[in-house]
Amino acid sequence: MTTMVDKLPPKERTKIPRQTMPEQDACERAHNFREVNLGLDEAIAQRESQRCLTCADPKCTHGCPVGVQIREVVDLVREGEYLSAAAKLREDNVLPAVTGRVCPQENQCEGACVLARRFNSLAIGYIERFVADYERETGQVGLPERAPATGKKVAIVGSGPAGLSCAGDLALKGHGVTVFEALHEIGGVLIYGIPEFRLPKEIVRQEVDNMRAMGIDFQTNVVIGKTVTIDELFEEEGYDAVFIATGAGLPKFMNIPGEELPGVYSANEFLTRVNLMKAYDRDQYDSPIYECRDRNVAIIGGGNTAMDSVRSALRLGAKNAYIIYRRSEEEMPARGEEVHHAKDEGVQFMNLHNPLEFIGNEEGNLSGVKLIKMELGEADESGRRKPIPIEGSEFVMPIDVAVVAIGTGANPLVQSTTPDMATNKWGYIVADDETLRTNKRGVFAGGDIVSGAATVILAMGAGRTAARSMHAFLETGQW
Amino acid sequence: MFPIKESRFLSEDVKLFRVQAPRIARKRQAGQFVIVRIHEHGERIPLTIADSDVDEGTITIIVQGIGKTTRLLNELEAGDAILDVVGPLGEASEVKDFGTVVVIGGGVGTAIAYPTAVAMKQAGNHVITIVGARNSSLLILEDEVRATSDELYLMTDDGSYGEQGFVTQKLQSLIDQGRTIDHVLAIGPIPMMQAVAEVTRPHQIPTIVSLNPIMVDGTGMCGGCRVYVGGQCKFACVDGPEFDAHQVDFANLVQRNRMYRQREQESLEQFEQDPTHDLEEAHHCQMEQRFPEAGPRTV
Repeated sequence: MTTMVDKLPPKERTKIPRQTMPEQDACERAHNFREVNLGLDEAIAQRESQRCLTCADPKCTHGCPVGVQIREVVDLVREGEYLSAAAKLREDNVLPAVTGRVCPQENQCEGACVLARRFNSLAIGYIERFVADYERETGQVGLPERAPATGKKVAIVGSGPAGLSCAGDLALKGHGVTVFEALHEIGGVLIYGIPEFRLPKEIVRQEVDNMRAMGIDFQTNVVIGKTVTIDELFEEEGYDAVFIATGAGLPKFMNIPGEELPGVYSANEFLTRVNLMKAYDRDQYDSPIYECRDRNVAIIGGGNTAMDSVRSALRLGAKNAYIIYRRSEEEMPARGEEVHHAKDEGVQFMNLHNPLEFIGNEEGNLSGVKLIKMELGEADESGRRKPIPIEGSEFVMPIDVAVVAIGTGANPLVQSTTPDMATNKWGYIVADDETLRTNKRGVFAGGDIVSGAATVILAMGAGRTAARSMHAFLETGQW
Repeated sequence: MFPIKESRFLSEDVKLFRVQAPRIARKRQAGQFVIVRIHEHGERIPLTIADSDVDEGTITIIVQGIGKTTRLLNELEAGDAILDVVGPLGEASEVKDFGTVVVIGGGVGTAIAYPTAVAMKQAGNHVITIVGARNSSLLILEDEVRATSDELYLMTDDGSYGEQGFVTQKLQSLIDQGRTIDHVLAIGPIPMMQAVAEVTRPHQIPTIVSLNPIMVDGTGMCGGCRVYVGGQCKFACVDGPEFDAHQVDFANLVQRNRMYRQREQESLEQFEQDPTHDLEEAHHCQMEQRFPEAGPRTV
């Protein structure tokens, strides 16, 4: 344990600059899949924790979708009580090592931090990660105590952030929890979507192991809607309540000519091959990925998934890795840090360009993309300025691999076999905003399958909300 | 882990497995498939469910060893186990009383067509089955197919068994004889399915084929299995695997199935040179299942 730093007067605290995250060198990391951010050491974490103004009414907690008691956590860090800080974190957040890495803090806790008004916000995400990593590395995970068994059984459909967060809270309440996952590994988008260099899979595995230690039952290779239906969970398998957290996993394509060519991927497939199937480690793993080495790879889109894809392409050895985005950088939905990292690593941004057609060569494989330049017009319904094609600006760019990362929709597998559960016109499940109840008794839904594609932490927030209202339902039996 | 209860070769490189998977056995319908992964470093591959036994809780899969993963799978035996089996996936075959149905199976496609032939027979159809193979040693499931067919025609390319010729020649001759055919199901190599589609197209006989694109998850998540049917993009894993043969873009299917050809060949060559590592890993899975107290393998 380190020497304890005394608490400084507020004025002194604001003089400490926001600490920076040590990173793997950009040139080096662009060629490996190891984690980019290296984590704070104890001294940096201490210095950063000194910056907190310990507000009486902490805005940061209001900005957090799961309501982490940030001020208390930071206080404990400053006192050097890292394991207590971790335990405090776990009261509200079942995956602190994950959210410390992937949350868009700038829009949430750090965006709400009062320091942000005149200085730089407190680096809450960095501190969260430090605490969670400290706990994991010392192997002294302080799992919260479970309430006595209630004898009730709940089924969670999907093991992504919404499902895991709901499972954790319900297990603490003493309910018997089973999580069903269609793939062979637990974690949903944390495993198949977010790359190793941003979220090492070992961290997800350890968080899941912690949950196993809490008594949660995980069942892989079960596709709810196919292997077992929602009705069968109640009638044949004896569950008392079900939470559907299947995410927004249906890839969208652009429906432009040439999209059928070999070499054109959805981001979901590209990332699943890289992350879940470990296609980047070709000496060890069997799943192939289309050759990216020394070739030109273009990713269509400007979100986090596009950044994950383009940075994966670089690491697979791409000669040129492009982002093709129809608006400007200002409108990009990706986290600021991801765009910044991508640029440092050598990703080439072609903003204000839109694909019209993929072009094949004589062998019938992808060889180019026809682009048109765009300019920004008036704001559209999303509040962002609408991109308008510039007539006559078309040109063809040679590419060998394309990844379409323009978003995802609702996967209909569960809904189609649960016809008495209401969905909206896009196929998302309709659930009450406050209780996350569907119109079907005992069935709750939350995360991307209700909201459409969003973030890990919003899904975790939905999982907590669902857990609260499921607990009330299980206690009272009232719908 | 999914224990293998029985395994036997049906021909030189085609093997039948009965695998313990009670939930899948209970739900499975003709035409559906599973995705399997053999060991921790393996790929996910789709395999059609040929049969199931609800009481025993087993499903039957029939595997032709053509690539690394299928060759490795065919090395496993009763007492071994498969690491991951997920399903039943895809839509079931459309089965009703069409009248006269011709079921065509080419090579290992016979195994995929067989459960639908059974269902068609049960639905009251007059079932004519045409089974084709390159030679007699590659013909499979003859007795099973005979038992479910009102008429059975066996065709070999070299005439070593049954009649000499292609399945399309037999189909053409049935049409030329003026036989009424209400529905055709053709499952086999892509060129065969495409040829069948061309035979039935001028006569407007509804024809269904089962497509085998490359898949990863099998639940509609990746879009790798997209096929183009009547100009529309469809995901074979959730919208199929069966589609209207007259609408399918077979050329694109062939093209997309070649995406990883080079890598597949390298993997197969490496496996054939030295299969010990993969075999050990596949058997380690089995050890963990038998001796769970030893914990998971760490290396």
